[in-house]
Amino acid sequence: MRNNLQVLFAAAILSAMSAAAQTVAEIAFDSNPDFLKFPANIHLGEAAGVVTNSKGDIFVYTRTGHPTISIGTARPFAHGGSRLFQFDKTGKFVREIGQDSYAFQVAQQVRIDPQDNLWVVDQMSSMVMKFDPNGQIALLLGRKSESERLPTAQAPAGGPPGGAAPGRGAPANPAPAGPAAAGRGGRGGAPGAGTQADVFQRPTDVAWDAAGNIYVADGYGNSRVAKFDKSGKFLKSWGSRGTENGQFNIAHGIAIDAQGNVYVADTVNKRIQVFDGEGTFKTQIVNVGSPAALCITPGPRQFLYSSNSNPPEDIDTGGEIYKLDLTGKIVGKFGKAGKLPKEFGSVNAISCRTDNELFVGELGNWRVQKLTLH
Amino acid sequence: MTRLSLSCSVLLLLSSSAFAQANKAKAQNVPEIPYDSVPNFLKFPAGLYLGEAMGVATNSKGHIFVFTRSANTRLFEFDQNGKYVRELGEGSYGFEFAHSVRVDSSDNVWAVDEGTNMVIKFNPEGRIVMVLGHRPDAVAGLVAQSPPPNVPAEKYILGRPTDVSWDPQGNIFVSDGYINHRVVKYDKNGRFLKQVGSERPGSEPSQFNTPHGIAVDLQGNVYVSDRANHRMQVFDNNLERKAIYDNIGDSWTVCISPGPHQYLFTSNSNPNGNAPGSWDVSGEIYKMELDGTILGRFGHASKEFGGFQVVHMMDCRNPNEIIVAEIESWRVQKLLLKPQAAKAAGAK
Repeated sequence: MRNNLQVLFAAAILSAMSAAAQTVAEIAFDSNPDFLKFPANIHLGEAAGVVTNSKGDIFVYTRTGHPTISIGTARPFAHGGSRLFQFDKTGKFVREIGQDSYAFQVAQQVRIDPQDNLWVVDQMSSMVMKFDPNGQIALLLGRKSESERLPTAQAPAGGPPGGAAPGRGAPANPAPAGPAAAGRGGRGGAPGAGTQADVFQRPTDVAWDAAGNIYVADGYGNSRVAKFDKSGKFLKSWGSRGTENGQFNIAHGIAIDAQGNVYVADTVNKRIQVFDGEGTFKTQIVNVGSPAALCITPGPRQFLYSSNSNPPEDIDTGGEIYKLDLTGKIVGKFGKAGKLPKEFGSVNAISCRTDNELFVGELGNWRVQKLTLH
Repeated sequence: MTRLSLSCSVLLLLSSSAFAQANKAKAQNVPEIPYDSVPNFLKFPAGLYLGEAMGVATNSKGHIFVFTRSANTRLFEFDQNGKYVRELGEGSYGFEFAHSVRVDSSDNVWAVDEGTNMVIKFNPEGRIVMVLGHRPDAVAGLVAQSPPPNVPAEKYILGRPTDVSWDPQGNIFVSDGYINHRVVKYDKNGRFLKQVGSERPGSEPSQFNTPHGIAVDLQGNVYVSDRANHRMQVFDNNLERKAIYDNIGDSWTVCISPGPHQYLFTSNSNPNGNAPGSWDVSGEIYKMELDGTILGRFGHASKEFGGFQVVHMMDCRNPNEIIVAEIESWRVQKLLLKPQAAKAAGAK
């Protein structure tokens, strides 16, 4: 179903209009959409996550292959659908990581911590996975649902449509209540309740403070930020679904600056909320459309990039990326929705290790663009 | 979309198809064009098998692309002699349920997948360079039935699309499809321009009931196989109505040869289910002028070599060498037509 992105970007048109009403400087830039070189038998699907490590290696977490449900089993089990690839700084393919992982289902994000560990966020398995630089799993947060819920067939009077074999789509567990699929992950209370537990409901992103504490944006289901210490011990969480300060309507991205301030892309509320490391609301940044992907540069003077990503059903509005300073002042913007190079299709990830050389992962265009800002 | 929901879609498709009636073409006394089917045309490496042959197309070198439903949906390339060359899009996120493959004038290969609702453009090197549509997100889990029709405003979401074609300017025309019943025109960069038809089926002019194939001539006119309405509809480049050809049975698929004198081919394919009598009134392919004048017909429903078993797509780069892909019999045949003989026969 296309519901989640529709929900995510429900306000994209309005926000794009309001964003466009500002007088914002256009940042000139170039794109290389073919920077990454793939083996003949590997193709990107939706490029959900892209990030670089300290050596300039590039990692891409993509929705590709065949998301599969096993049939003829005691319960329906879901497998596969996403892969994680590594390229060197020249764009040459290096290797695949986490092949056939239990939790690689719907790629959502990939990030690198200061020690070059690789953190993978999967929206469907509701897991956050830490791989060490050798590609071995070092820490896991959350737990994948054991099985899939079967929807209740809505057979019309007189039997299944077209006389299809009886028993197909037989009634099973009732469909989950609440927004479609919002409760995936299945544990930890009602969707949007901001549950105090270390299981996630469709998490979206991960970040760390200088002490190594882990912050998970969680996400589509829980609308909260969950905080763990560096050992993975759950400390606290804040937020629930809503529009007040400290509430979220899809916490879709998270980034932390050198002072430990936490920036959360509050997509449907069309703002970036800023908190201290304990979750105390500090301020919000608006007039940047519907923020979906966030990135903060590492340098002595840090900048924040935020994407007003277009929804998949509309490439005629929005799509631009904003560059801001950490006070929320907009430095400029670049790009628009579309399918050409220098255009963006539902940007889901921005990598910004250097101020003016970005990698952008797009759900809509199944590609990663390397951008050079002028 | 998940495998199980795909399977359900397949069942619905097959079950509805099973009740489809063969439709005898109104056109009568059409000259038969003799032909031979080339034996042992496509040569598969050991261990490689076709499933249902849904799409077939050639590029400017004569290489043949076959889009097939096997254990996974796969896209294969053969050279002009039928020798296997390679696989394209192996493991692609866009491949779940093959429907059509076409090659544009720059030898880009376009695959249409009605399981993922995607149209995927490969460059001649076999890399994906553009996609149209949006695959339903797996995170939504299993769905009990096919998704509802699109609303017309969904310019960039397709509902089981069936085919793709281009005008000389590179504008893209997508027939869409089993859930929607419309034709969408995009510019060459994939930006929505216009549509005809809607999310609902209809039988009036400029409405569709399963637009199942599409081709564009050198003037930019658009020919649409309006399958369940038992006709072909013709539009100008702006998708304004021009003509309806309703004497050719069910138009399952359409192909236009490159010209300068262009010919139009349409298949009154025998429907899945093969009900008694259906082979007597369907299964043939018509060769026509673009204005609808029927020049001849060839082929008949049969499971034997040389006959047709639910032709799903044709390649007509050479109007006297037609390559047909058949859903049932899991087969691709190359047919050598003998139009001169047909003229003689027709003159009798």
